Amino acid sequence: MKGSLSIVGYGLSAIGPGIGIGLIFAAYINGVARQPEVRGQLQTIAFIGFALAEALALLGLVFGFVFT
Amino acid sequence: MSATLAAAAAPHAAVAADGGFKAPGVADFWQPLVGQGAFAFTRPALVLILSVGLLGWFFVSVSRKLEVVPSKRQFKAELVYGFVRDTIGRDVIGSKDFRRFLPLLFTLFTVILVNNLGGIIPFVQFPTFSRIAFPIVAALIVYVAYHVVGIRSKGGVGPYMKSIMPPGIPWWIGWFVYLLELVTFFITRPLTLALRLFGNMLAGHLLLLVFTVGGEYMLLHGGNIGIRGAGVVSFLFTIVMTLFELVIEFLQAFIFTMLAAIYIAGALAEEH
Repeated sequence: MKGSLSIVGYGLSAIGPGIGIGLIFAAYINGVARQPEVRGQLQTIAFIGFALAEALALLGLVFGFVFT
Repeated sequence: MSATLAAAAAPHAAVAADGGFKAPGVADFWQPLVGQGAFAFTRPALVLILSVGLLGWFFVSVSRKLEVVPSKRQFKAELVYGFVRDTIGRDVIGSKDFRRFLPLLFTLFTVILVNNLGGIIPFVQFPTFSRIAFPIVAALIVYVAYHVVGIRSKGGVGPYMKSIMPPGIPWWIGWFVYLLELVTFFITRPLTLALRLFGNMLAGHLLLLVFTVGGEYMLLHGGNIGIRGAGVVSFLFTIVMTLFELVIEFLQAFIFTMLAAIYIAGALAEEH
């Protein structure tokens, strides 16, 4: 078998953001279910958190291209 | 260079020179149509021009004859416009000054959406934003926009740099927080904005390519009936993945515009 070890590296780097994004949206859905009227405010906060958490996975993607 | 031209003329060939399977890769996304090198006129550029022409024709012709009782086309146009205005514009930026930014947000959303959908429309079948140059330009527009908005609303570069600091943080940790905020504002935000769109479009299209090319190779060059059957299953899976891509393409256009609105709203806010 041939391949690049950087693919495994990217898989590992995606675990953390995956869990993080899951937690963020779980909290967002919980919040909206409890208090539907604050949906607009929660949406903004959820997307800011999502953008930050996903940054790590995106950096992993770039390094997958860099270290081929 | 003739090799790349041949690769552009014919879609990806599943069979390598030695008869083995040649997996599709990032190189398949480089498809120059006219010329070569850095100034080649490529397939994504053609898709972008087509999409801008289509959007311009559609919305200009719809808005020329607006009626109180909307026609079918006007209803569709208002549906998209209403979505951007209410869900992205008003909910995020606030009802006071979201109107100024609607042209920017609406243009971003529709251009990114139509170009993403180009990834699964037959015969177009190229998501423009899977070439990194296009998302970089889109992110640069947002980057310049939210900094200019911030500098204007805070009244100068100095107050704007000061406003980046979140309030109520003690001095001994404050310098470190300020450093992190600087990195977020000037590096992480534009970088992730461009890379998120690029990564999703590239990976999604590559996934379709793998299933199609792999299915073709297994069906035509498979050793026994089992492998040939797996090729058929691979083609069926391509159809499922195409539907999945449809969702992703819409979602990425929404997230990009949403984050652009959030960054502009953050630059407008009185306190951080």
